[in-house]
Amino acid sequence: MHYPIGLLFDLLASSSALPWNITVHFKSFPEKDLLHCPSKDAIEAHFMSCVKEADALKHKSQVINEMQKKDHKQLWMGFQNDRFDQFWAINRKLMEYPAEENGFRYIPFRIYQTTTERPFIQKLFRPVTTDGQLHTLGDLLKEVCPSAVAPEDGVKKTQVMIHGIEPMLETPLQWLSEHLSYPDNFLHISIIPQPTD
Amino acid sequence: MAEELESVLQLTPSTAAGGEGLTEVSPETVTPDPPSSAAVSPGTEEPAGDAKKKIDILLKAVGDTPIMKTKKWAVERTRTIQGLIDFIKKFLKLVASEQLFIYVNQSFAPSPDQEVGTLYECFGSDGKLVLHYCKSQAWG
Repeated sequence: MHYPIGLLFDLLASSSALPWNITVHFKSFPEKDLLHCPSKDAIEAHFMSCVKEADALKHKSQVINEMQKKDHKQLWMGFQNDRFDQFWAINRKLMEYPAEENGFRYIPFRIYQTTTERPFIQKLFRPVTTDGQLHTLGDLLKEVCPSAVAPEDGVKKTQVMIHGIEPMLETPLQWLSEHLSYPDNFLHISIIPQPTD
Repeated sequence: MAEELESVLQLTPSTAAGGEGLTEVSPETVTPDPPSSAAVSPGTEEPAGDAKKKIDILLKAVGDTPIMKTKKWAVERTRTIQGLIDFIKKFLKLVASEQLFIYVNQSFAPSPDQEVGTLYECFGSDGKLVLHYCKSQAWG
């Protein structure tokens, strides 16, 4: 599984102190669990594929397809070289939606849990209800991952983490998608057990 | 599109041969469509969503990549894209070193560890998931 490092931190280490100490192994590659990365081009191709998949959900691929090759390159180069402005000059277009709509067609999200073997949950979910109300993070979890939401009177057993923080479940999903998505344009949401201390 | 579907139907009688080719790969996970639909038939109406264990995928070749005689397959939801790539490579008798790319919506290549069930739910239409396969990168 090749996950963004921020997601790995949320999912596996969010209670540990920063800076995060990691161990890098140079031997005994876990062939069964991880795919070998043949080249830097493969990483670029993987990144662009994620962006394209996200745009397929957000705009039926219209925005990414209307871009030129050089725009795709700028998106990647800006990301690779940590140039925020260069990246966002292009990414901004991927975050737009028609004025007459209240958001994207569907929200690109993936929900990860430490407690299941399944890789992640990804489904079609609209940012706005049929009667025009904004869907919240809580609405999404109730719909696709009910085990992550505490019962009304029950004890909270899980934490919902994005980028190291627990966003309020009342936060509109569209807003989260525009502001807390990873560079690949997906919202990567971690469900982890509530710390007991 | 309609043309493609017709060719699928015409090909169904020949799937027995395809089935033989399959057994050596992974008989329990991928089966040609007709036998599987027969297996499903006891409950005539299709259970919706997750309840239906297998999904239908339609495999289309791009460019000079060889076509598969059987295009429509019933596949377990938990099968990964890598699993599908391995299967197609064996089916087409490609050398292990040859690359094979799979595309959704003729636009993006899902990562090899993605499950086809998830892709079906997000990008399937008319009860099936259309995947294009190619020996070289077809779409960026």
